[in-house]
Amino acid sequence: MISIEIDGRKVLAREGATLIDAARDAGISIPHFCYHKKLSVAANCRMCLVEVEKMPKLVPACATRVADGMKVFLHSELVLGAQKAILEFLLINHPLDCPVCDQGGECRLQDLSMRCGGTRSRTREAKRVVSPKDIGPLVSMREMSRCIHCTRCVRFCREIAGLAELGMIGRGGDSEIAGFAGRGVDSELSGNLIDVCPVGALTSKPFRFRARAWELSRRPSISPHDSFGANVALDVKDDRVVRVVPRENEEINECWLSDRDRFSYEGLNSPDRLKKPLIRIDGALREVEWNSALDYAAHAIKSLVETHGADALASLASPNSTLEELYLLQKLTHALGSGNVDFRPRRRDFSTDGHRSGIPWLGMRIAEVDELDAALVVGSFLRKDHPLFALRLRRLAKRGGRVSVLSLADDDARIDFHARLAARPSELPAALEAIFRAFARIVGETPPETRALSDATAPYPETDAIRAIAESFVGAKKSAIFLGAAAEHSPNAGRIHAIAGAFARVSGARLGFIGDAANGVGGYVAGALPTGLNAFEMFARPRKVYLLHGVEPELDCHNPAQAVFALRHTELVVVITPFAGEAIPEYADVVLPAAPFSETSGSFVNTEGRVQTFEGACRPLGSSRPAWKIFCALGRLLGLPGFDYASSATVRDEILAPHTLEGREGVGGIGGIGWVEGLDNALDEAFTPLEAKTPAAGALERVSDVPIHFSDAIVRRASALRETKDAAPPEARMHPKTLEDLKISDGERVRVRQAPGKATLTARIDATLPEACVRVAAAHPLTAALGDMFGTLEVERA
Amino acid sequence: MAILGAIDPILTKDLDAGTSDVSDAWRCRAYVERGGYSALKKIISEKIPPARVIDELKKSALRGRGGAGFPTGLKWSFMPSDYDGDKYLICNSDEGEPGSFKDRDLLLLNPHAVIEGMVIGAYAMGVKRAYNYIHGEIPEACARFLEALDEARAAGFVGNDILGSGFCVEIFAHRGRGAYVCGEETAMLESLEGKKGQPRNKPPFPAASGLYGAPTTINNTETFAAVPFVVSMGADAYLAAGTPGNGGTKLFSVSGHVERPGNYEVPLGTPFGALLELAGGVRASRALKACIPGGTSAAVLPAEVMMNLTMDYDSISRAGSMLGSGAVIVLDETTCMVGALEAITYFYQRESCGQCSPCREGTRWMHRIVRRIENGEGRSGDLETLEDVARNISGRSICALGDAASAAVQGFLKHFRGEFAHHIERGQCLVPREVQREGCRLRERSSKATS
Amino acid sequence: MMLARESLEKIDREIAKYPEGRKQSAVMEALAVAQDEKGFLSDEMIEFVAGLLGMAPISVREVVSFYAMYKHEAASSGKTRLTLCRSLPCRLSGADEIAETLKEKLGIDFGETTPDGRMTLVEGECMGACGDAPVALIDDKRMCCRLTREGVDALLREIG
Repeated sequence: MISIEIDGRKVLAREGATLIDAARDAGISIPHFCYHKKLSVAANCRMCLVEVEKMPKLVPACATRVADGMKVFLHSELVLGAQKAILEFLLINHPLDCPVCDQGGECRLQDLSMRCGGTRSRTREAKRVVSPKDIGPLVSMREMSRCIHCTRCVRFCREIAGLAELGMIGRGGDSEIAGFAGRGVDSELSGNLIDVCPVGALTSKPFRFRARAWELSRRPSISPHDSFGANVALDVKDDRVVRVVPRENEEINECWLSDRDRFSYEGLNSPDRLKKPLIRIDGALREVEWNSALDYAAHAIKSLVETHGADALASLASPNSTLEELYLLQKLTHALGSGNVDFRPRRRDFSTDGHRSGIPWLGMRIAEVDELDAALVVGSFLRKDHPLFALRLRRLAKRGGRVSVLSLADDDARIDFHARLAARPSELPAALEAIFRAFARIVGETPPETRALSDATAPYPETDAIRAIAESFVGAKKSAIFLGAAAEHSPNAGRIHAIAGAFARVSGARLGFIGDAANGVGGYVAGALPTGLNAFEMFARPRKVYLLHGVEPELDCHNPAQAVFALRHTELVVVITPFAGEAIPEYADVVLPAAPFSETSGSFVNTEGRVQTFEGACRPLGSSRPAWKIFCALGRLLGLPGFDYASSATVRDEILAPHTLEGREGVGGIGGIGWVEGLDNALDEAFTPLEAKTPAAGALERVSDVPIHFSDAIVRRASALRETKDAAPPEARMHPKTLEDLKISDGERVRVRQAPGKATLTARIDATLPEACVRVAAAHPLTAALGDMFGTLEVERA
Repeated sequence: MAILGAIDPILTKDLDAGTSDVSDAWRCRAYVERGGYSALKKIISEKIPPARVIDELKKSALRGRGGAGFPTGLKWSFMPSDYDGDKYLICNSDEGEPGSFKDRDLLLLNPHAVIEGMVIGAYAMGVKRAYNYIHGEIPEACARFLEALDEARAAGFVGNDILGSGFCVEIFAHRGRGAYVCGEETAMLESLEGKKGQPRNKPPFPAASGLYGAPTTINNTETFAAVPFVVSMGADAYLAAGTPGNGGTKLFSVSGHVERPGNYEVPLGTPFGALLELAGGVRASRALKACIPGGTSAAVLPAEVMMNLTMDYDSISRAGSMLGSGAVIVLDETTCMVGALEAITYFYQRESCGQCSPCREGTRWMHRIVRRIENGEGRSGDLETLEDVARNISGRSICALGDAASAAVQGFLKHFRGEFAHHIERGQCLVPREVQREGCRLRERSSKATS
Repeated sequence: MMLARESLEKIDREIAKYPEGRKQSAVMEALAVAQDEKGFLSDEMIEFVAGLLGMAPISVREVVSFYAMYKHEAASSGKTRLTLCRSLPCRLSGADEIAETLKEKLGIDFGETTPDGRMTLVEGECMGACGDAPVALIDDKRMCCRLTREGVDALLREIG
C-alpha cells in the first residue's frame, strides 16, 4: 500500500491502482462516463480529469496510476472548469429528451450535469441525428442520438462477451456505434449493454416505456435459472416484476447477468399463469376453490396409495424449485411411504446414487475459478448452459490460464481455448480416459486400476488435442476438471464422473460439477433423492399417482415421450405449478397454482454450496400460493405429522440443521446464511459404472442440448427471449460427411425417428459436430415426442 | 527542392547541383557517389558501438523534425537495451498537416538518406524490423521509397548481414489511407496494428510500450535523413551548420501566397524575410498580411511580428507561436482571415478521430461557429463562445489534435479579432470576394521548386 | 472466390511484412488490394477480408469507415475518383475555383458520382504536397499538381 492525498485527505492505495480506483476504494467518487471497472481503460470521455501536483496538465483519473505521495485535487478551479466544459461538449449533441427517455432518473449524464454542469446552453447549432439500429429483440438502439461515444458497449462485447459485435464506425463527429452490416448482438450476455450504457442510448426493449425509474420498488432476489444463483434485483410496479437488474456480487455474478437471468421475468407475467386451482371434472380441467382442490387431491392420493400401496406414488420436482419446496415434497412422499422421489428429471444414469461421499458441487468457490492455471470442461454447451461460468473461463483464458474443452459439439464459446475436442456421446468417457492416460504417461505415473477405466469401450486415439489437454495439466499449480450438464445428463454420467475423479486424483486437479439448475446442490441438501425409483425409472415403470412440482415432463425429462406416456395412462396426476402448460390438460387431474420465486420466499443453494435466501417481491398472482404452503396444506390434509411450519425460514432451518454452516453472517445476499457442508465429489470404492454401451456400427447418435431460453418453465415463457436467435426452432444438425452419407442436403426437411416418437425438422450442415451424430435440441415442443437425449436415432428425408 | 547558397546543405546535398542526371539523383548509385552510406560503412568498419552512435546524436543537438522538436539522441536512449524480444523502429512519413510537405520531397529526391538514417537508428537501438508509415496521398513518393529500398537491399545496406557485419534489419513501407491523425505517433501504432488510427493515452510512451506492446521509437522522415550526416561528419560539424542552440539545417516548406512555393533547406535561425525572399517573395509583390510559421497547428502571426523573427524554435515560440515542422504558410493582403480559419477548422473537425469528447465535439462546434460567421450569419457573443470553446478543448484531449485546433482558433482571434467582428456586424468580409479570388490565382511560375 | 489469385497473393505478401501472429496489421493493404480489384468494398468483401486476417467483421468495417480512401458504398465509387484537396494552402492557390469549375463541368457536388458512373468527386484534406498547390489525386494513385481553371478540361479529358 502506498499513501496519496486526495483533496488534502490521506488515502491508502494499492500499488499500481489507478487514481479512480484508489479514490473509489476510499469512498470518493470521481465523475466519469467511459470508465468501467470491468472494462479496459479508454479515457475518452475526459470527465474524470483531475489535477495532480507537479503535472502540467489535468490527467484522466482512470488512466493515471497512483504514485507514493501524489497530491490529487478533485475540486480545484481547473478541475471544476474542465468538468463543466466536458459536460457542455457532451450535451451539445445530446437530445434533451429526458422526459421521454427510459434512462431518465437513473442517467449518469443527467446526474453529473446536475452535479457539475452549467445551467444554460450556448450552442446554436443543429444537433447531430444518428440513425436507429436494430440489434435484436432485447436491447434497443433506437435513440442513438443520445450516445456519448464512451465505447463501453464496444468494449463490453469485445472483452466480456468475447466477440466484437459492436464497433464505433466513422470518424470524428460522425462516429457512431453500429453492428456489422446491420447484424445484431448475438450474445447471451447482451442485456448487460443496457447497464454499461451510461445514457439512454441502449435501453431494454421489453422494459421500454413501461415505467419511470422512480415508480419502481426494488427488491433483492436470486435468479432461479442456472447453477450460479446470480444476485438480481426485481423492479416491481403494481405488483408485477417489470424489470430485472443485477445486484453486484463479486463472488458470483460480479456486475453481470445473462440474458436468461435478466429477461426471463416476462415469463412471470405470462398469460399462462394460473390464477385458480383446477380439477378434472367430466374429462376437462375446471377452476375450483382451493379447499375443493386440496381436498380432492389429498383424498385421491390417500385412497390410491391405500389401494395400490405407497410404491404406486412417485414425486418429481424441478431442480429450479426452492430448497424448502424440494424438502417438503420429499418429506411428504416419504411420509406417505414412498421412496420414489427425485429432482433430476434430465438425468439418465443414476449409478453414482449411494456411492457418493457427499453432495456433488463445483469443487471450489466460484471466485476460485479465476485462480486456475488449467481447466478442462467436459460435456457442456458452455456458453449457453452457463453464461457466467463461461465468462469467467473466458477471462481466465485471456489472462493466460489454459482452458480446454471436451464436449459433444465444437460450439463457439468465444473463449480462447488451449485445446478443444468434440467427441460422440458414446465416446466421451473414452476420450476423457485418453486424456487421463496421456497425462499419466507424460508425468510417468501408472493410472490406477479402477472399474471405470480399461473396461470402457474401444480406446480413443491420442490426438493432438488429447495430448494438448493432458499437457495443460502438467505442472499446473491449481487446476480443475469441470463436468457440465451434458456430462451429467449423459447415459455414461457415472463412468465420466469416475474417470474424471481418477484423473483429478492423479493430477492434483479439483473435480467439479458446474450444475444444471438453480438448486442442483439444494436438492441433495433437501434429500429429494430416491430410495425407490429415480426420475427415469418412475416413468419407465409407470406408477398410479404422480405428484409433479414445477416440472414440465414433456420438456424437462430425459425421455419426454416416455414420461408423457406414463402420465397419460395413470390414475392421478397432481401438478403444482405456476403455469398452465400446453400438455397439462393431457394428463393433469389436479392443478394447484403455485407462486414462482418472485412471489414466495425460499432458498437456493448454488453450485459452490452457497445458501441464498430470498423473500417474495410481490404478492402471488390471483389466488396462487407459495408452494411451501401448498405442501404444508396437503401434508396436513393427508394427516401427516410435521407439516405445521410458520414460515419458509423455519423449513429452511430444519433442513440446514444437520449441515453445520460456516459463516452464518450475511454471506451471499439477502439473508444469505452461509455455506452448506458435506460437499464432496468423491465416489466410494464400491462404485461400478453401468456397462458401456457401444451403438451399433452405422448408428446415428443424438446430441442434445437444452437451449438456453427453454431451460425451465419460467424462461420458456419469456416473450422477448423467444425472439432471439437462441430460441430458433431446433434443427437436425449433422456433420457434412454424415449428411452426405445420408444423401440429404442442407436445408432439406427430414424425419427424425427415435422410439417411441418422431419429429420433422430441417437438416442443417454443421461441421462443429462429430460424425455420425445428429444434434437435436431437447426441451422444445418440436422434439418432445422423441426419446432419450443421448440415444440413437434414425434420419430420413421427410 | 531549393537550397540556400550560403550554407552547405545536408539533406539536399548535391540534389540539384546541375549535373546532367538530376532525375536519377535519388538513386542508390548517385547517393553513394555524393558520399551516401558512408556513415553506415563507418559504423560497420570501425565497429562503433550503438551507445556511441546515440551519444553522438545527443551531442549534435538534433531535434525531432516532425513538429515537437524532441531531442533525437535522448529519444533513442529511452529504448531499453536489455529488452528480451522484438523492438521496433518507425519512420513517420505521414505528413498531412496543411502547409507541411517536406517528407514527400525527401522520399522522392533523397530516399536513401532516409533509409540510411533508419538503418543506423535500428543499429543504435537493436531493432530488427522497421516500418516507414507513408502518407496515403503521396503514392509516387511511396513507390519511390519502395524502389530505393530494393536498391538498398540489393546493395547490402538493408536486410540480412548488412555489409557483412552480421547485423540485420528489415525495412518495410506501410501506406496510410487517408487519416491525418495517424501522423500522431500512437495513432500510427494503432494503424500499424490494423486498427482505426485512434491515439492512445500516454503514458505509457512508445519506448516502453509501442507497436504490439513492444519498445518502439518513432522519428520523422527529416530526422532520419539528418542522421547519416551527424554520424559521418560528427556532431560538431552538424552543430556548426546551424546557429548556437539550434543545431543543423532545417527544411522549411513554404506555401500559400508566395511566388515560388517549395522546400528550402536553411540553417535554423535564418531571418523570416530571407526565407520569404528565397520563395520569391509574396505573390504578385502584394503586401504580406500574416504568416502561419509552423503548419496550421501553430498560431498565426501578423506580418509586422513575422518580419522581425528568425526561423528557429526559440524565436518563434517567444512570439507566441511555434516552429513545428517548419511549414510556413504565407497569407497576403487579399486573405480573408475568417475564410482562412474556416478552412483550418474544417480540416480539424474532419480529421478528429472522434474518440475523446473535447476534440470530437469541440472541433466541430468551432467550425460551425466560424462557418456561420463566414457565411454572414454571425451573432454577438459568437467570438466569446468560440474563444471559450477553444480554451475548453485545450489540454483536455487525448492527443495534440485538439490542442492544435484550439491554438489555431486562439491565434486568429488574438491577432485578427477585428476582422471577425466586422464579419459579424456587417455580415460580409473586409476583403471583397473578387479580390480574395484574384489573390488565390496562380501566376506563371518563374522556376519550379519541386519535381 | 471473392478475390482473384493475384490479389490473394498480394495480400499474402502484405501479411508477410508483419511479425508472425500479426496478420491484422495487413488489413489496410488487404482492403486496398480488394478495392483495387472490385472498385469498392462490399460488406461481403469486408467479411471475407476479416476471415482472411482472423478479425471480427466489425473491426474491419471500423477500419474501412475510418480511412478516407476506402469506398464502402458502390454508389460513391465512380470508375474514376478525383479527390481535390481543400486544405488552406491549396485554397490559397485557387482550390475553391477549381472545385467550382469541376462541379460545374461534371454537374455534381462533392461526394457525388456522375450519372454515367464515370467520375466521383471527393473533397480531400491535406495531401502533404502544398508546394504544388492546388493538388488533386486520381484514384488515390496519381497526383495532379498546380491545377488551374484552364487546365481542368484537359485533366478531365485525360482521366475521363
